[in-house]
Amino acid sequence: MTITDFSVILPVTLLTAWASILLLAELFLPRAQRPFLALLAALGLALTLGISLAQSAQEFAPGFGGMVVRDGFSNFLNVLFLLTGLFGVALSYRYNQRAQIERGEYYPLLLFSVAGMMLMGQAADLIVVFLALELLSFPLYILSAFAYPRPQSEEAGLKYFLLGAFASGFVVYGIALTFGASGSTDLARIVASVAAGSANLPLLTAGAGLLLVGFGFKVAAVPFHMWTPDVYQGAPTSVTAFMAAGAKTAGFAALLRVFGAAFPALAADLSPLMAILAAVTMLFGNLIAVAQTDMKRMLAYSSIAQAGYLLMAFAPFEIEAARTMAVAGALFYLLAYTLASFGSWGVVIALEKDLDRHLSIGDFAGLARRSPWLAAAMTVFMLSLTGLPPTLGLVGKIYLFRAVIEGGMVWLAVIGALTSVVSAFYYLRIVVNMFMREGEPAVEREWWLEFAIGAAAVVTVVVSLWPFPLFEWAEWAVMKLF
Amino acid sequence: MSLELILFFVLAIIAIATALGMLLSRSAVYSALYLVVNFVSVAIFYLLLDAPFIALSQIAVYAGAIMVLFLFVIMLIGLETLGGELNWRQLVWPLAMGILLLVQGVFLVIQRVGRDVYIGQTGTQLSDPSLMARVLFTDYLLPFQVTAVLLLVAMIGAIVLSKREKSNQEA
Amino acid sequence: MIPLSWYLYLSAALFAIGLYGVLARKNAIAILLGIELMLNAANINLVAFWRYTDPAQMAGQVFAIIVFAVAAAEVAVGLSLVISIYRARKTVIADELDLMKW
Repeated sequence: MTITDFSVILPVTLLTAWASILLLAELFLPRAQRPFLALLAALGLALTLGISLAQSAQEFAPGFGGMVVRDGFSNFLNVLFLLTGLFGVALSYRYNQRAQIERGEYYPLLLFSVAGMMLMGQAADLIVVFLALELLSFPLYILSAFAYPRPQSEEAGLKYFLLGAFASGFVVYGIALTFGASGSTDLARIVASVAAGSANLPLLTAGAGLLLVGFGFKVAAVPFHMWTPDVYQGAPTSVTAFMAAGAKTAGFAALLRVFGAAFPALAADLSPLMAILAAVTMLFGNLIAVAQTDMKRMLAYSSIAQAGYLLMAFAPFEIEAARTMAVAGALFYLLAYTLASFGSWGVVIALEKDLDRHLSIGDFAGLARRSPWLAAAMTVFMLSLTGLPPTLGLVGKIYLFRAVIEGGMVWLAVIGALTSVVSAFYYLRIVVNMFMREGEPAVEREWWLEFAIGAAAVVTVVVSLWPFPLFEWAEWAVMKLF
Repeated sequence: MSLELILFFVLAIIAIATALGMLLSRSAVYSALYLVVNFVSVAIFYLLLDAPFIALSQIAVYAGAIMVLFLFVIMLIGLETLGGELNWRQLVWPLAMGILLLVQGVFLVIQRVGRDVYIGQTGTQLSDPSLMARVLFTDYLLPFQVTAVLLLVAMIGAIVLSKREKSNQEA
Repeated sequence: MIPLSWYLYLSAALFAIGLYGVLARKNAIAILLGIELMLNAANINLVAFWRYTDPAQMAGQVFAIIVFAVAAAEVAVGLSLVISIYRARKTVIADELDLMKW
């Protein structure tokens, strides 16, 4: 082991160590000082973010004998995951006090999960991919059930766990077949053995298919989505917000890394499958979302639909030029989705005064009069999720659609555009409720929460006006991937 | 048919039969016990594949720790109402399977101990656990460490989820 | 020596039985047992591939060991969730939890 090995995984190591220290710190903090833990967690995330940004200028470097890498792709995702963690802490801070789930283990578990996500972004070996998947999921199972003895929360935890464990069974079997087909679990060596023609292609395709099923559960793609609404509804809202953004991004990170880098040879077999998966996910998610009246379930189906748009990025893999653009577009869209998703869940938290009652769409009525800034921010997030100007969502969708069209799959882009129109119906219904209807919504005023919501909204609008540096970063990030 | 083939078939039949037994048994305790036998038969497959370390871990971790935890929880939450006393007829099949597995396991251990399987020019001695250890602490150091973190997280989770009474009193 | 494909068939059969168990059973503990069988089937594959392709490469064995550890951790988390629910509800039948609306 050399210094480079450790410098490659320095952010992950730091965060893991910080989480462990936090776990100990909780023992010595008196109960009244518990809120201090949130601050410490945020400090750890910010510190790691600083290191990640400082490392972002450095060159591609493999570590631990090719188990992990540091490249543009992992840097981009590290920053995204750390922002996810920071948002997660900001949204949890007061909510957890209100929900009386302020247990000392909350923030350490959150940090462990972020560390797992970051490891996923850096993984270059299927063994590490599997471990990172488990490391990011375990804390989420526990956090989903964190609001015990509230029964919905416990159910959410068990349900998420059972389906997650089921999915990991597929992942392990898929890795085993891939290992058998290519003689290695190292992504680079798998690619090499495919290129050399020494790999057993039918076996490799079967392995890739099983991996796809496993990750399909994680990103909540149809038909592996059925856990999503119940888990999102039942878990504490602060956890749901974190999970909706972080787990999905990490799932896509794994898909992009594994399928983007290691299976170009299978693109001919897999890309029609991916296109169909994307189309079905977009159609199903959006159509079911229209029928929802419960806010959390609506957002859950919306997150399924968003997974469909992201899956479009895998459709044009057969064409070299479209591939890079598609993956860069996916990274860009992930950022836009993270901001909008966190923002809208943050608004849900702000409105969720009575934790035992489910928040319905009607509860947004009159928000514009009661709290105009919150309503304005929510409008931005809804526009971004729909893909309307002036938001990052629009820019992301344009990039994705362009890549799909360049990949020769116009029909998929048409489905994407049509389902976006459908989605406008349920997203904008909330905007209509906020501005046009009368009502007396109960709003919690929390400084950290409002700051997070405001920041997400401002970035969503401002960056969309001049998105080119961000897109250049995303393109640079994927350059080394192929 | 060679001896190995006979071994394989007997084991495969036991493995499939116990897996089906797990699937079809209405009682959670029986399901779990069927799975224990299944895991032991898989362990003997590992002996057949020249992986004694994996075989022993399989018995210690899977058939031992994990399944005992299962049985413990099933008993703890009283999911089970075990009906009546056991009679001899019910014990015939389990006994037969157990003895078969034991005989095969002992046979394979006696047959393979001291028999070195060398592969190619590398001169790797397959059944040597120190080879495994060396690889775990060099090439696979990172996964090994991540597994440790994973176990820590699981431990925290198990504690958080089960220490409820105390935390409720405090709150 | 026994052909590699026989091991693969065996493991596929066990995986399928476990999969069916997960989908068909309603009890959370029975579902978890099915998942364990699936993981175990994958492990047979890993060790068989290791033995038949390139035994000097230890990846297969190492991954099998890691799967053991992960499975143990998974069971610990899963069973504590089960106990936690049981305490509140006195049931772990998945259907009664309104679970698995496929």
